[in-house]
Amino acid sequence: MNIRIKFCKTGSLRFISHLDLMRYFQKVLRRAEIDICYSEGFSPHMIMSFASPLSLGLTSRGEYVDIRVHKAPSSAEALERMNAVTVEGMEVLRFRRLPEQSKNAMSIVAAADYEVRFREEQKLPKEWAEKLAKYLEQPAICIQKETKKGKQEVDIRPWIYACSVREGVIDMQLSAGSVHNLKPELLMQSFGEWAGFAVPASALLIHRTELYADLGTETERKLVPLEELGEDIG
Amino acid sequence: MRKLALSDEILMSVEKPARYIGGEVNAVMKDKKQIDIRFAMCFPDVYEIGMSHLGIQILYDMFNRREDIWCERVYSPWIDMDKVLREQRIPLFALESQEPIKDFDFLGITIQYEMCYTNILQVLDLAQIPLEAAKRTKEHPFVIGGGPCAYNPEPLADFFDLFYIGEGETQYFHLMDLYKEWKRSGGTREDFLKQAAQVPGIYVPSLYEVHYKEDGTIASMMPVCPEAPEKVHKQVVVDVTDTFYPKKPVVPFIKATQDRVVLEIQRGCIRGCRFCQAGMLYRPARERDLEMLKEYASEMLKNTGYEEISLSSLSSSDYTKLEELVNFLIEECSPKKINISLPSLRIDAFSLDVMGKVQDVKKSSLTFAPEAGTQRLRDVINKGLTEEVILNGAGQAFEGGWSRVKLYFMLGLPTEEEEDMKGIAALAEKIAERYYEVPKDQRNGKCQIVVSTSFFVPKPFTPFQWAPMCTKEEFLHRAYVVNHEIKEQKNKKSIKYNWHEADVTVLEGILARGDRRIGSAVRKAYEKGCLFDSWSEYFRNELWQEAFAQCGIDVDFYTARVRAKDEVFPWDFIDIGVSRAFLEREWDHALHGNVTKNCRQGCSGCGAAVYKGGVCHEHQN
Ligand code: SF4
Repeated sequence: MNIRIKFCKTGSLRFISHLDLMRYFQKVLRRAEIDICYSEGFSPHMIMSFASPLSLGLTSRGEYVDIRVHKAPSSAEALERMNAVTVEGMEVLRFRRLPEQSKNAMSIVAAADYEVRFREEQKLPKEWAEKLAKYLEQPAICIQKETKKGKQEVDIRPWIYACSVREGVIDMQLSAGSVHNLKPELLMQSFGEWAGFAVPASALLIHRTELYADLGTETERKLVPLEELGEDIG
Repeated sequence: MRKLALSDEILMSVEKPARYIGGEVNAVMKDKKQIDIRFAMCFPDVYEIGMSHLGIQILYDMFNRREDIWCERVYSPWIDMDKVLREQRIPLFALESQEPIKDFDFLGITIQYEMCYTNILQVLDLAQIPLEAAKRTKEHPFVIGGGPCAYNPEPLADFFDLFYIGEGETQYFHLMDLYKEWKRSGGTREDFLKQAAQVPGIYVPSLYEVHYKEDGTIASMMPVCPEAPEKVHKQVVVDVTDTFYPKKPVVPFIKATQDRVVLEIQRGCIRGCRFCQAGMLYRPARERDLEMLKEYASEMLKNTGYEEISLSSLSSSDYTKLEELVNFLIEECSPKKINISLPSLRIDAFSLDVMGKVQDVKKSSLTFAPEAGTQRLRDVINKGLTEEVILNGAGQAFEGGWSRVKLYFMLGLPTEEEEDMKGIAALAEKIAERYYEVPKDQRNGKCQIVVSTSFFVPKPFTPFQWAPMCTKEEFLHRAYVVNHEIKEQKNKKSIKYNWHEADVTVLEGILARGDRRIGSAVRKAYEKGCLFDSWSEYFRNELWQEAFAQCGIDVDFYTARVRAKDEVFPWDFIDIGVSRAFLEREWDHALHGNVTKNCRQGCSGCGAAVYKGGVCHEHQN
């Protein structure tokens, strides 16, 4: 049985790297005595895959990991058991059964929501919000992006699905996953360069809020939060 | 939510910020308003090393069981963080509360190896606590040292208010109660130290005076007040079953060196190898009860979520119920895919059988520690491992599919001759030849033998405490002899040779048997920039040499000199139960190549029977 787990990673856990988070999560599953499946072979590992690594320093309330289990307790019980053995900064939010034959989270991630704030000490020109709106009005936003083939110029405008300012917080929905992964830091850096003020990554507080799959067609997106592809176990 | 001591900007600018944030699974948080004593427990090395240390986990758990004490952890900030804390004058803080340790009641530092001495000064310095105990006031914590290097605390005497000699489980609560009373009484710092000096096992260096002879050796070491005892007695946990052991050890987020549950099955060792300090310090050998170990193994695995458990002891094969314990672990762990690691096992039919069950034979290697290349020298050091036993064990293993062997030796042992050095190569060659006796279709490719040599450092409280140590040049010459000889062997392609660095060994030798006068050089070396001396990439021998020269310290006096039988040693004021007469007898036996029985074959009357427990009393129950 495949299970999709949704969790948040906040507070000081933002300083735990993705690799360490994976190791941490394995221990949570063992402490909670979730009956997880292992791979075959002499050094078996848990069958689990994370949807999308979160960069060091970022927080999130929309992280996902898929696991395979022999048998599962009810969703409510699983949440209770896991949350009893985790630390401050991590809370498990969903524990849902996936339909047979469903694809794993990593392969279907298509978009992500972020909330971006500036740190208090960061001095910004007053009119930054208006400038951001202007910046987004451009038909194309070309930046230099590191790719496997070296530096390449790419247009990130099509990957910005939404971006608006609400009481000093920038809400953005960006393309994510294996096809076009646009990081909010990169967008903010490009904006800063365009507007003529520095936006170092350390000036930003970035909180991921959701990850989506795209169930639409080639021409029309239909983004669905990953959790909605599974259902609670009664 | 907990507020961190460091800003995001700082944490994002250093390697592995998780070293500094605390908040790990099983870390203990308390309300500081309900607390009488705040204790910072420090391992003066980087987080991943410090978090791997069992002793701290035991004491952390023990202290935190008391409602009036909050014990927190602190480690050496790594080089990058060290720089930030210095530049921005941020006081070093404890991981749990993230509050400066200079405001704590105690700073306890475990001293596991000599190469951490400059890191001790770093911790004090970054904490903004005066380096010299004499300069501390009522505003500062009491700095207390423990661990194996506390058995010769003299090189660090200037920097510590107190030392705890022995196993922490026994007297700490007593000391804490005295402290609470003292705090209430409003007495002076000295008042507390004088009271503490009367607690068994506590040594207060400022209450003693050392006088030297003209030749530089010690004339006498005497207490300066009636409260300080002439002898400080090592404290021992007699019953290692009914005692403190953590069921919920702290589990780091980042990978520590020891990334597993550690189950200490026994303390001490019955063997009596003459070079081994731990073997003497932790006498008598004491076993934990099998049922206790089973219970703790299950609970610790459940509470940590670790995927591996390791047995810990100086010589696991000597644990009398090892077979039952290992069988229990295999049954318990295999359905949960938990690995079992069994270090320090003697290679025999039983251990090969077990290892075949718990590891991938093709990937794992056999480990032998003959320590010396010939039987003559192995008799000198009382290492009861014979060539026959090694070749038999290796042969059985090769037939079982093993092909990798690790061999550990020491160079520079007392009485070592060229023949002994060459014997190392000869033994490796015989093992390789034994491998190629296995029919080709039954063996697993080529055999790989890795020979490693470390250089011998004579340690206090061993039969070799009188022995001279080689110079750096002599050490390197001996490694060269071994290397050259290995190249002469028929199977040289199957044998790889590594040797340890010589500079750092010589320094270890000075600090290990040093006296109070060494302290000034430790401080000078630290001021010159020495730090993380155990990390070869950071070890700066030239700065240490400058420091010794400037402090007028003659290195050879501490290392190369033959010590007279009746010389007063800096550590003589400590009584570890094992008598000086026994050590002296053993030194004689060594020079004559006489072996001494292990404690189970027959008691040699070392003196440790005074503790009324462990192996010395096994036959009486
Ligand atoms: S008194 Fe005898 S049995 Fe006890 S530790 Fe010493 S030698 Fe071993």
